Amino acid sequence: MVDVVNRESEPIRVLVAKVGLDGHDRGVKVVARALRDAGMEVIYTGLHRTPEEVVATAIQEDVDVIGISLLSGAHMTLFPQIIELLKRHDAQDRHVLVGGGVIPEEDAAALKKMGVHEILGQDTPPATLVERVRELAIAQRIRA
Amino acid sequence: MSTVSESGLTQVVSESVKERIDEDLAGWEREELETFLRRRSEQKADYQTASGLAVKRVYTPADVADIPWEDIGLPGRYPFTRGPYPTMYRGQTWTMRQIAGFGTPEDTNGRFKYLIAQGQTGLSVDFDMPTLMGYDSDDPLSVGEVGREGVAVDVLEDMVTLFDGIDLERISVSMTINPTAWIVLAMYVAAAEKRGCDLRRLSGTTQNDILKEYIAQKEWIYPPEPSMRLVRDTVTYCAEHLPRFNPVNISGYHISEAGATSLQEAAFTLATTRAYVQEVVRAGVDVDSFAPRLSFFFICHADFFEEIAKFRAARRVYARMMKDEFGAKKPESMRLRFHCQTAAITLTRPQPFNNIVRTGIQALAAVLGGAQSLHTNGLDEAYAIPSEFAMKLALRTQQIIAEETNVTQVIDPLGGSYYLEALTKQLEEGIYKYLAKIDELGGTLRAIELNYFQREIADSAYAYALRRGSGEGAVVGVNKYVDEDDDQEIEVHKVDPASERRKIDRLREVKTSRDQEQVRVSLERLARTAEDSSADLMPATIDAVKANASMGEIVRALEPGFGRYRETPVF
Repeated sequence: MVDVVNRESEPIRVLVAKVGLDGHDRGVKVVARALRDAGMEVIYTGLHRTPEEVVATAIQEDVDVIGISLLSGAHMTLFPQIIELLKRHDAQDRHVLVGGGVIPEEDAAALKKMGVHEILGQDTPPATLVERVRELAIAQRIRA
Repeated sequence: MSTVSESGLTQVVSESVKERIDEDLAGWEREELETFLRRRSEQKADYQTASGLAVKRVYTPADVADIPWEDIGLPGRYPFTRGPYPTMYRGQTWTMRQIAGFGTPEDTNGRFKYLIAQGQTGLSVDFDMPTLMGYDSDDPLSVGEVGREGVAVDVLEDMVTLFDGIDLERISVSMTINPTAWIVLAMYVAAAEKRGCDLRRLSGTTQNDILKEYIAQKEWIYPPEPSMRLVRDTVTYCAEHLPRFNPVNISGYHISEAGATSLQEAAFTLATTRAYVQEVVRAGVDVDSFAPRLSFFFICHADFFEEIAKFRAARRVYARMMKDEFGAKKPESMRLRFHCQTAAITLTRPQPFNNIVRTGIQALAAVLGGAQSLHTNGLDEAYAIPSEFAMKLALRTQQIIAEETNVTQVIDPLGGSYYLEALTKQLEEGIYKYLAKIDELGGTLRAIELNYFQREIADSAYAYALRRGSGEGAVVGVNKYVDEDDDQEIEVHKVDPASERRKIDRLREVKTSRDQEQVRVSLERLARTAEDSSADLMPATIDAVKANASMGEIVRALEPGFGRYRETPVF
């Protein structure tokens, strides 16, 4: 219990990442800035990262939340790869996985079943986004 | 009413008339306005455009008194404020050019034929991410992206298939392609030759605007310097061999979609324009030999009047830049022609049918602003790439504007509106301010290195998100008039899961059946030619694609000499 309280007072750490080949970084940068302005520690990977690079960074930086942005249509290929890698490193329970981008409803539902905790679309207001990420991160710390 | 001032320019409103109007305005403010405001205040304390330019309650001739007639002028005449041609839509309606691309070249060829059958008058190709970034379909980095956001093109036969049965001498083809534009152009030329087309009759465009990639869209391979050389090579090649082809389509669209305001979009686009023209002129090419083929691409965003004013201001600033700074002599070198697309960022997932209305209004602004060609977005693009039905509806939107509203009868119909002329001038001044700032930083390329554009754009994007998020910027169906049970169900484009596999298999067949020695020799020759920075790479690239070298192989052949670009991201 003491541990949880201590950890809760530490800033939430978030890795935001762009995977795949697309360069649409407007959304990911708005997300990064909104979370930083809300007092979280934010690491942005930059563009064109592979699932391996993202998972390695998440583990190394011991982040609470991994936010993945992609608008290339490759979400059904890349998210499963990321989940698989997290499992392989025994890290799936240590990080919240959140996705964003242009993702059809059907795919979003399928991704949530696979283990993506939340999909936040383009119309999500920054304040809602911050609140949701905080909620998920705190729940995760209590679980861990 | 008009007088000629000391500078030789014609004042539309004389001093005495202006005084009279100022008096009237002061009287009106004292009498009608004040009384009215006491009873009911206005809804906001101050009013501004989407770019943050202050706007007044009402405009009068006094607001345009300092705009000489010569700045407004006539269509088809310097400074082209009112349009690039003297007859505009009376002579030819804008080209209705819906972008399309998905799956294999066969899939996209089918969509092209469908759109032509629906009355579309130009083609526009969207390529998938691997093609845009220079990876073959069988590259490990392409997994899951082949044919998703656009059509996959790897080798010459793909280009042949893409345009099968389409008369390339009669329809213009625009290709949204950037770091690999020179390869796609080489494939297009080779495909056209194979079909026996006369190169001098080919009309179309490659986007090929690499600078805005570093600034906004973020599709790159090589660093700016060798990339600019590739742009230069396509420009000089086209000037000689493809006189009706636009080798560069200088684009503000992506700058806007990355978050820039419309003022920033126009200013940054003219900043990149200046850098390209400098680059080609430096290579010893006469400005009048290539400038007539430069074309532009702007967004049409939601602020109706600001968008129309933006197009007019951009035309004026460009004309002056080409004439005064680069010494262009031909009027064709000074007239800005542009393709336009409605703003994808304004499309919403909730209540998607509302997107039809948004797009319709934006398309009308593009037409009133004098666009030469137009793409209207599909109502479903916040979900996926558009369905056939969504594309048809978007095309019908253009056809209704063109054929039912009569807005095409009079050129620049809003010219002379006190508000619009004043706003055009405000935007023009704003553009000059940004251009001066960029000069101060050491020019466009230096400003890119300094992350200047990227930071400005990120700031605007964040402000936009906060305004929408807080409800200060209204988004119908999202932060206002929200439906609890959104019943606007739509069918979205379905990806054919087998098409990626089909594309990869076909590419492997080509790679095993070709003459390997010929491929090796052509790629070596290409790399050798690249070592001399003054050599034109187009002929060697055309030879390589004819030998069935793939796009990925061509990109890799030049990488050792050119290097690879890495961004330092800012947010």
